[in-house]
Amino acid sequence: MIIPGSSLEERQWTRFTPLERIFRYAFYVVICSAIVVSLRTIEVIPEFLFDAPAQMVDMLDRMWPPDASYYPETIHDALVETIHIATVGTILAVVLAIPIGVMVAENVTPYKPLNWLARFLLVSSRSINSLVWALLFVAVFGPGPLAGSLAIAFRSIGFVGKLFGEALEEANHSTIEALQATGASKFSIMYMGYWPQVLPTFWSILLFRWDINIRESAVLGLVGAGGIGVALSTALELFYWDRVCMVLISMLVVVAAVELVVTQIRKRII
Amino acid sequence: MDVMRTGTLSTSGTYTPQRNWYALVGWLFLLVYLAYITSLFDLDFDRFISGLDNGSKFLGRMFPPNFTRYELLMEGLFESLQIGVIATFLGVLISLPMGFLAARNLMPPWVTWCARGVIVLCRSFHPVIVAILFVKAVGFGALAGVMALTVASVGFIAKLFAESIEEISLKQIEAVRATGASFPNVILIGVFPQVMGRFTGFISYQLDSNLRNSTMVGLVGAGGIGGTLFAAFQRFDYDFVSAILISIIAVILAGEGVNNIMRRIYR
Repeated sequence: MIIPGSSLEERQWTRFTPLERIFRYAFYVVICSAIVVSLRTIEVIPEFLFDAPAQMVDMLDRMWPPDASYYPETIHDALVETIHIATVGTILAVVLAIPIGVMVAENVTPYKPLNWLARFLLVSSRSINSLVWALLFVAVFGPGPLAGSLAIAFRSIGFVGKLFGEALEEANHSTIEALQATGASKFSIMYMGYWPQVLPTFWSILLFRWDINIRESAVLGLVGAGGIGVALSTALELFYWDRVCMVLISMLVVVAAVELVVTQIRKRII
Repeated sequence: MDVMRTGTLSTSGTYTPQRNWYALVGWLFLLVYLAYITSLFDLDFDRFISGLDNGSKFLGRMFPPNFTRYELLMEGLFESLQIGVIATFLGVLISLPMGFLAARNLMPPWVTWCARGVIVLCRSFHPVIVAILFVKAVGFGALAGVMALTVASVGFIAKLFAESIEEISLKQIEAVRATGASFPNVILIGVFPQVMGRFTGFISYQLDSNLRNSTMVGLVGAGGIGGTLFAAFQRFDYDFVSAILISIIAVILAGEGVNNIMRRIYR
């Protein structure tokens, strides 16, 4: 902003208008007061805090050495189940998210009400945590990997659909126009015009979400939705910390392996 | 990826696409996999139908949502907000030095390797699992939730901090150094202004994510509305469950609104 003066030298240049400055300062005040209020009112029992290092050492002591015999008897099957849950959930999410993504893209679906409906579906899918989805599906379908897969799928729809819709909106319009000029049908325009353009983005969204889903599906078992979380919660409830440690190590290995696989695939195909 | 479609165009004008064997194998593999999963997950039509039946009963019991115990609800939500705000604050406090330590253009390799190791370790577990460990260490309550989400925040923000510090222009650093500035001055005058804008973006994103997760860590006893939610589930108080879910979604949407305002102010 320029504060005018009679000559060029007397003019003052400032980066923000006064209103912008007021807003910025007000926001700082809001942030600081939120932090101060939270810190002053949060319920922390001081004895617990002073006790923490000792408890931590105790926990690590109980964890070491990890109980390797737990791996073949329980963890292995649970890990495989976790990977299945994440994979099936991702496939299901993609199948459900593609039509919603098409509906949300304003250049493909030029009807406002449909756009809003799709956006509402995507936002509600993303606002509910996968653990809550899992609780809901466990109540509906009973405990087990089916509930876990559905939870993963419904949580992922929002993510996949949003990014897929954005990719469609960014598609190059001249290709589409060329196809329209040939008199191609709606389906042909979708399949020959948009699809090849969004294909690389599609694969990268898919891989990215699969990677996230592997991590997420590891905790679903805590509410009974199958996978490695079941093994973890069993070990926790019985206070077998050495088994807990073994579960955590296996999770770490799987997450690292998945990340490696994803980066390799990404290098090859995208 | 085989994006280009090849085929032959005959003189009569019909286009015969070349068969894409990779795609065919892919589809076959997918079908076999799904068939295998249906048997593995014990899926059948009866179970699906009874599930739908359960689902309609369940939805019937969720509505109308029951807000009569709003005091319990507000208490839990407020604690969740506290956890989210404090965890973001502490996470940023720890992430700032961690980000600098992990930036390869400012620090020697052995420092960045150590810092990166810590960051990766913080990021590798889901916040709820970290919360379980902290519940053991510091007992039930909000403190465990704060610590778990702080760890998660460090894993995320410190990584992004380091990456954006690595992308800065070194010319300005050199200019500041040429004036004889000390190392803290170089950081404060040379590095910080270049990355400040992106930092606020990361912080607002992390605040959003922490608020979402702070409603969940209660499932394992780490404070916040999650504990109330889980208890309501276990007592089959489904109308209270729907009330809690609606309030959580409202809080998250409000948080997104505040985030948008913040982004507009700090463009």
